[in-house]
Amino acid sequence: MSQSIRWFTFAAPSRFYALTAALNPWLWALAIGLAIAGLSIGFLVAPTDATQGDSYRIIFIHVPAAWMSMVLYLAMASWAALGWMFNARMASMLARALAPTGALFTFLALWTGSFWGKPTWGTWWVWDARLTSELILLFLYLGFIALQSAIDDVVRGDKAGAVLAIVGAVNVPIIYFSVKWWNTLHQGATISMTAAPKMAQTMLLAMLLMTLAFWAYAFAIVFTRAQALALERERDAEWVRVLRAKA
Amino acid sequence: MALAFGAVYLRDLRLALRRRVEALLPVVFFVVAVSLFPLGVGPEPQTLRQIAAGVVWVSALLASMLSVTSLYAGDHADGSLEQMMLSGHSGFEIAAAKAAAHWTITGAPLVLIAPLIGLLLDISAPALWTLLGSLLLGTPILSLLGGLGAALTLGLRSAGVLLILLILPLAIPALIFGAGAVGAVDAGQSASGHFSLLGALAILTALSAPLATSFALHIALE
Repeated sequence: MSQSIRWFTFAAPSRFYALTAALNPWLWALAIGLAIAGLSIGFLVAPTDATQGDSYRIIFIHVPAAWMSMVLYLAMASWAALGWMFNARMASMLARALAPTGALFTFLALWTGSFWGKPTWGTWWVWDARLTSELILLFLYLGFIALQSAIDDVVRGDKAGAVLAIVGAVNVPIIYFSVKWWNTLHQGATISMTAAPKMAQTMLLAMLLMTLAFWAYAFAIVFTRAQALALERERDAEWVRVLRAKA
Repeated sequence: MALAFGAVYLRDLRLALRRRVEALLPVVFFVVAVSLFPLGVGPEPQTLRQIAAGVVWVSALLASMLSVTSLYAGDHADGSLEQMMLSGHSGFEIAAAKAAAHWTITGAPLVLIAPLIGLLLDISAPALWTLLGSLLLGTPILSLLGGLGAALTLGLRSAGVLLILLILPLAIPALIFGAGAVGAVDAGQSASGHFSLLGALAILTALSAPLATSFALHIALE
């Protein structure tokens, strides 16, 4: 058995469909289970914050959502680039499937941040670096979705989206640092890889559980959307016909 | 190599010269848009002086984006764009020439008319020179990015609005450093840091945007 790894096995829509169909129930179960665990630790077990009271508890949704919004943009740009370079249909479909979820998490991060800002800063919105770059990230997502949906030809839409996503990914750090130069009054990052966390252990645990829950949710929903795209685009293919006959 | 650049560039200038009113429309839009702000915000010179740089920059941004939609549309409609891309000359060169032509036709007039606008908004002399410099460095970035947007949205029904949604987020750094330079001078600081960053941005955009535009054109014409 000296078989080399077959990287492109699941690039075939039919195999991707079968794989994700098997994985998805587990992912959904994982997402719901982790979310229940994370939220109950976050809202019931974690101690009240000394300065911010109970209002800080939105952090358990806010911070994971903000992380996801950034990771998903990079994932989207990478899949779009792969789809463009290798003409891999499934990769382009994955990029298309990632965009709405990324936009949703970006919106969620902004929305929860606004809810958090009202009790702690006394205002729904401030134009500081992180809020502003998150808002610009939302615009980038919306631009990607709008461009792909405006182009009727699927292949051209995939490729044009890839160009836009790559340009956007290159620009994200430039935008971030220019916005940071422009203004900053946000509290410093609460979690960093180098410094010891300043949070209570239970808070950290709840946040990590919520992050994993969001990851599982993102995988599940993106796979579901990619399945739908694959079925739609390959509706004349043999494997879809077989599926339809079984259903 | 330079031949194709010059040919495309001169051709676009010649076409613009034959439709002079159309070529001047972005400048008219710029002036009208700027003069709306005092009507909306109020005529106090203090307020106007404070928002002047931002108003001029945002209006220049919008004027560039509105005019760039037609950069490739005409050539696409009559098939000459396809011929250009098939001619064997690099797409980079053609995209760069197109963006340069757009800057000469729209960007440069915006820079030239900016002092007049500055008088309307009561900008001080040093701030006005800084504004001119930042526009001179910044408007090429807008033309280059706009060219990319025009290539991505080539032949689409909602190309105009879509282009603005795609390109404005990418133009934010230029806006920040361009308007920020004037703010720095107003606050009694040196604007050299802003100018350096704006220049770096212009070089980076000049090297990368025509490449992305050429890819986008090939994709659109496939």
